[in-house]
Amino acid sequence: MSPRVKLVAFAAVLLLSVGGTVFFVLRTRQEQARAVAAAPPVPVADPAAVSARPHLVFRSTAIGDDYGKVALAPLADPGGPRAFTPVSCDRVYAHRDEAVCMSSEPGFVTTYRAAVLDADWRVRRDLPLAGVPSRTRLSPDGAWAATTTFVSGHAYSSPGDFSTETLLTPLSGGKTLNLETDFTLYVAGRRNTARDRNLWGVTFAADGDHFYATAASGDKTWLVRGSLRTRELTALREDAECPSLSPDGTRLAFKTRDGQPEGQWLIAVHDLATGRSTPLAEKHSVDDQIEWLDDDRVLYGLPRSGSGPSASDVWVVPADGTGSPRLFVPDAWSPAVVR
Amino acid sequence: MYITIRDRPAKLKPQAGPKARVAGTVVLLGVVSLLTDVSSEMVTAVLPLYLTAELGLGLLAYGLVDGLYQGVSALVRIFGGYLNDRTSRPKWVAAAGYGISALSRVALIPAHGFAAITGVITADRLGKGFRTAPRDALIADASDPAVLGRAFGVHRTLDTIGAALGPLAAFTLLLLVPGGYSSVFVASFAFGLLGVSVLVLFVPDRRTSGGGLAAKRLFAELLGPRLRRPLLAAGVLGLFTVSDGFLYLSLQHSGDFAARWFPLMYVGTNLVYLTCAIPLGRLADRVGRARAFLGGHLALLLTYLVAGGSDGGLVATLVALGLLGAYYAATDGVLPALISKRVPAAARGSGIAAAQTVVVLARFVVSLAFAGLWEMTGPRSALQLAGAALVVGIGVAGWLLKGIER
Repeated sequence: MSPRVKLVAFAAVLLLSVGGTVFFVLRTRQEQARAVAAAPPVPVADPAAVSARPHLVFRSTAIGDDYGKVALAPLADPGGPRAFTPVSCDRVYAHRDEAVCMSSEPGFVTTYRAAVLDADWRVRRDLPLAGVPSRTRLSPDGAWAATTTFVSGHAYSSPGDFSTETLLTPLSGGKTLNLETDFTLYVAGRRNTARDRNLWGVTFAADGDHFYATAASGDKTWLVRGSLRTRELTALREDAECPSLSPDGTRLAFKTRDGQPEGQWLIAVHDLATGRSTPLAEKHSVDDQIEWLDDDRVLYGLPRSGSGPSASDVWVVPADGTGSPRLFVPDAWSPAVVR
Repeated sequence: MYITIRDRPAKLKPQAGPKARVAGTVVLLGVVSLLTDVSSEMVTAVLPLYLTAELGLGLLAYGLVDGLYQGVSALVRIFGGYLNDRTSRPKWVAAAGYGISALSRVALIPAHGFAAITGVITADRLGKGFRTAPRDALIADASDPAVLGRAFGVHRTLDTIGAALGPLAAFTLLLLVPGGYSSVFVASFAFGLLGVSVLVLFVPDRRTSGGGLAAKRLFAELLGPRLRRPLLAAGVLGLFTVSDGFLYLSLQHSGDFAARWFPLMYVGTNLVYLTCAIPLGRLADRVGRARAFLGGHLALLLTYLVAGGSDGGLVATLVALGLLGAYYAATDGVLPALISKRVPAAARGSGIAAAQTVVVLARFVVSLAFAGLWEMTGPRSALQLAGAALVVGIGVAGWLLKGIER
């Protein structure tokens, strides 16, 4: 090939790739704009009225200007009009008058933030956070906040070792605890000091001391019970992740691999008194920390494939393994029940 | 004595020396790497968010994908080097590697399941491992041996500029198209395609030597006395090199500032790396590549001491990141420059690949051991101990590399 032919060929590739990219980006923007215009208007409710009664706090994924905003819906009519708050969160958890919000702030370099919000959704205080938001919970008495993030070391020649970081922060002040470094883990009575230990997905008990979480090492995961007082984590059973304690404190809902292929989970409920587990009726893979609607039913998010950006719904299923899953709130993610 | 440079580029004046220009081929290869790094860093930057926020994949799934990134590349590196020397057509071996990576970007658009994404990322890393050694062999082949350090410096600078621009491009696109991950993948593919076409169209197809070495000769060359000492030295130093992840983590835990700006840390390191790569490459040509390589590890030693000996804070963090960048600038391009002179052109790809693999494997082994130390003694003491070990390592490597430039 002569230099001239080569230059022409390169110019063609350049034109094709730049033109193709610009065309694709413009078309995507147009489609998004069209989807926003075509989306049925989201019925909006009055925040004060909704929050006065038992309600669900969640991240709204309905297409439109309020995409990603935290919204409230009355438990009496969860699929009805929703009330939007001014804050955007990737994960949210709430009590009456208090919420914790984990968000990513896109920019030239994405940074992440976690904050405790007050009744007016204003930042009361920041929480330490270093990675991609994953799970968050508040303790029932509002004294502690738990956050789990993905942390990956950005090594130049050997891209980072993956790990999770789970932090427990006392909201009235005091030292933030790291589940990995500030607690000792016991599996079957023996201390586990495995280097690849990871911990995530905390749920708090009402006694102000105990909590449950997931511990992992190698390809094993355990459901663990932790104590803030003794700083110990004790494994209760294997193959259980992201526990969630029922309002009456007797059962834990969790996700389990249970022979599923990599990246797929089923959900089940573990009875703390008998140690028995009951699989729930949901047959889709669930990758979420479950939330209890009441003592008999649980809520969880399911991604909805093939319908625009990050579509997801919140579903409900009986906690005793009977019945079948039902859509609870469409276009929603990260549910928290405020009773 | 081996004659290491055949096919000296016509552009180069015979009067080699510090004044000689860096060959056009090297700059072209730098441009190829720049475009490809924009392409791959765009994807790397958005991947964690894409997997977790967009696809809803969980913790372990993300960890597995991340781990793949690490493992695959080292495995195929040697193979790429070997194939390079067997065929002695570095351009086409490298083109295959760049091509595989570029194609993997388009495949990300329809790939929504966990298995599909794992496959795509594996393909991308295969391509990266595959192309590194032939590309470095091509740089060595096209360059005047007297300015080899500078040549690698120029290449690594362009490469790192690409790595710094990639995330900027990706997040700018995401600002334009919220949630538009497909747009990021399409743009990434476009950059990858441009990189491959610069390589295919403009980089001269140099045959490194006659017909390629037989596997047996190649093996003998790698184990021969001329390579033994630099490989050992690189391995010993690799054994005392703590993975950056730990350095960043220790800095991150040292204060709120570091925690908030954690994602910016590696950008800072890259900036220092790209500004220092050429000056340090020139310095290596002047004072000797072995010396520069050892000097780089002194900078690493200081990094450990700053990160492990301070209470963190803004100044300590910035100093540590700067030193780490200087370490990369003085070692990453200098090692292949050092190795290139020790092997005949016919075995260069394998020689460079062997050195890089030795370093990667040594670091992998030590990162497991260091993690244990970290857990038992805490970040600060662990880094101080690693520093003490590195002093010994630098001493041993210094002895191994003594007189090696002659």
